Amino acid sequence: MRLEPIANPTLPRRTLPPALALIATFAVAALLVMIAGGNPADVFGLIFKGAFGSKFALLETLNRATPLIFTGLAIAVAFRAKLWNIGAEAQLYAGAVVTVVLGTGALPLPAPILLPLIAVAAMAAGALVLFIPALMKTRFGVDEVVTTLLFNFIFLLFVSYLLEGPLKDPMGMGWPKSARLVPEARLPRIIEGLRLHWGFGLALISAAVIWVIDAKTTLGFEMRAVGQNAEAARFAGIPVTKVILKTAVLSGGLAALAGFSEVAGLKGSLTLDLSPGYGYTGIVVAMLALLHPAGVVVAALFVAAIFVGADSMSRAAGVPSYIADIMLATALLLMVLAILLTKFRVRRD
Amino acid sequence: MTGAEPAHPVLRLSDITKRFGALTANDRVSFDLARGEVIALLGENGAGKTTLMNILFGQYTADAGTVEVFGRILPPGAPRAALDAGVGMVHQHFTLAGNLTVWENIVLGAQSLTALSLKPREVKARIRDLSQRFHMKVDPDARVGRLTVGERQRVEILKALYRDAKILILDEPTAVLTPQETDALFATLREAIAQGLSIVFISHKLHEVMAISSRVIVLRHGRLVAERRTEQTSREELAALMVGAEVTAPEIRPSTPGAPLLSLAAVTTAGIGSAPGLDAVTIDLRAGQITGLAGVSGNGQAALSNLISGLTLPLSGEMRIAGQPVGDWTPRMAIGRGVGRIPEDRHRTGTIADFTLTENAILETYASQFARHGWMDWQAARAHAEEMIATYDIRCPGPDVRIRLLSGGNMQKLILGRVLETGPQIVLANQPVRGLDIGAVNYVHGRLAEARDKGAAVLLISEDLDEILRLSDVIHVISEGRLSPAFPRGTMRPEDLGQWMAGHGFEEPAHAS
Repeated sequence: MRLEPIANPTLPRRTLPPALALIATFAVAALLVMIAGGNPADVFGLIFKGAFGSKFALLETLNRATPLIFTGLAIAVAFRAKLWNIGAEAQLYAGAVVTVVLGTGALPLPAPILLPLIAVAAMAAGALVLFIPALMKTRFGVDEVVTTLLFNFIFLLFVSYLLEGPLKDPMGMGWPKSARLVPEARLPRIIEGLRLHWGFGLALISAAVIWVIDAKTTLGFEMRAVGQNAEAARFAGIPVTKVILKTAVLSGGLAALAGFSEVAGLKGSLTLDLSPGYGYTGIVVAMLALLHPAGVVVAALFVAAIFVGADSMSRAAGVPSYIADIMLATALLLMVLAILLTKFRVRRD
Repeated sequence: MTGAEPAHPVLRLSDITKRFGALTANDRVSFDLARGEVIALLGENGAGKTTLMNILFGQYTADAGTVEVFGRILPPGAPRAALDAGVGMVHQHFTLAGNLTVWENIVLGAQSLTALSLKPREVKARIRDLSQRFHMKVDPDARVGRLTVGERQRVEILKALYRDAKILILDEPTAVLTPQETDALFATLREAIAQGLSIVFISHKLHEVMAISSRVIVLRHGRLVAERRTEQTSREELAALMVGAEVTAPEIRPSTPGAPLLSLAAVTTAGIGSAPGLDAVTIDLRAGQITGLAGVSGNGQAALSNLISGLTLPLSGEMRIAGQPVGDWTPRMAIGRGVGRIPEDRHRTGTIADFTLTENAILETYASQFARHGWMDWQAARAHAEEMIATYDIRCPGPDVRIRLLSGGNMQKLILGRVLETGPQIVLANQPVRGLDIGAVNYVHGRLAEARDKGAAVLLISEDLDEILRLSDVIHVISEGRLSPAFPRGTMRPEDLGQWMAGHGFEEPAHAS
């Protein structure tokens, strides 16, 4: 078997394989559901209902999508410039830590000043967390896949130390948990009475901003050039090192907003289980989205819907909610294959 | 040894037609190849030569027509069948694994490298035997990654011979070779035909076609427009047939040199990979003058090119531009100081393959000319690209086409346009016409001469002595990072330059190394 590049893929050639990948994902899941003794049609119906079936379900899905949009954007921005940021998890926690440090009464400011201030400080912290590996990459050629990945573990242990020590809630009955944010540091709800906070709005705005940066600014042009051919970019006078560092700042900042939004919008305090791996799931989201900011929003909603829906399905149908993880993994693998098939034709010799 | 037995062609193409969308790449092309014959397939870039050979080799499926080898029709779209029938193809871009040895590469694909039946000693003995028979010096145990381009090509040819190829297809085999390597290749090919092989030789270099082929087939816009016996035609006739009109090389008039615009004084640089850096090089590039730099590839040309491009700084010595010493030095500063640069590798360094023509056109000037406060002005960029398409005769579907879909010649015209558009004081042209067809070559040469006449200092780096001798007002030879004295136009014969290229005539290095 051989792959033959297609010079000018037609519209069906570009859309059919991804569509088939999604269908195949559901087919694989259906098979597993049957093995687990469930009825696939019922289970998918329950997943859908659990994700979109009621106002509560829908809001829960949107809430769950929020951190995934941020981390998905962070990964998409970095990957497009071929900066392999696997450390969105650490950057997320950096944002969360700053949110707690500044938001638990240290700054007596009104909300309209305090919230933007915390957001910017959180972004700066996340940026710094990725800036160090990026600097090591550009200066010494250290592989950022290794450094950013390992930094996740270091940072999580650091957060653990903070929650057992300096940031521990004195009123927390000994639990490793931070103090609660003051009301001025909480993200308000978008519509009063509905359980959806402004973190979701901020995520959509961020996606739009990234889209504009990509398409309209010199930085977007430079990031794409460096990602596609760093040698040609350097020759043409694009400051490659600076562009990589700027990308790191942008990517780390976006991931940190996930932490800010989760603490200030949803949880109100910091615990060690703030993120069930949003930093890693962000990679899946970004890949499913083909690294496009609008795609990130769609992919994050898809992933969130499967998780939220599977939780509620599991309670009703007795099929384990792990089915969500399997569907996601299958979708990712098949989507990567599908993307290949949009660009290449398989030929048998 | 010419095709005296037309009754038994070893290869017959009949009415091959291939369309890519609206473009007809091959239009009812038919020809026969006889035993012991060398057919040259001649045509400009995009004339359909490579498509035709890919169909013959089974990599593309023809829309109509058949390929017959030794009287049997090949199944379409099956390279394996072509290989088994005795067709061997040597691609323009090599398909070797750099981390494997020569013999492993040769066996690869024919036999499993991990098969128990594989006997390395026998394989190597056979390779040695083949390389002796065909005069190709290659060590079977050498690692391919360490070989020169010429040696790698020999491995590719050996690979085909090892599989008992009776028909060799060579796609632009000399595009990457030095003159010496080309001579060696031709000796091998002559030996191959003497031993009964048949060869299809794809090229657009007329003197090579005249030297090696027995018959010439000319393709233009996918059609077979002419067939000539080589001894009955001439370079002029072939050039006219290929382009479809009389071609005249641009006339290069003598120039009156002005002040030095770029000077190096005893500049030494670091080496690049296994290639040496510059060794105490002193040179003046003068206004209104084309300075030719001759030399075998890998003798410091890349170091000089990187230095002038802004990619590296001298380790010692001084570089001056218009009399001003250069301190800090980056590609953007080079562009800012009026240095226009045509890089050696237009695919890897000169362009970004998946960027559009517009994006590639503004790659060097986006920040200064097509953006305000960080916002891109795509409308202006697109208009600029359209202007360049017109000014530099870039044949393409439009400014939004991805650059990878352009032919090499059109890609180079874009790079040339990008360089000349800014009215550079100094033009660095590193292998500016490598792999281009005659029309594009003349075009690029004409434009470079024009830039010189407008007062630019042009540095032409080339491995093609003909090109150097024709264009240069003054010639230097580079060997192991050292520079020969300046030879004015007309004072040197090719043989004399060849001596310098081989490293003779240089004084002993001034400093102990």
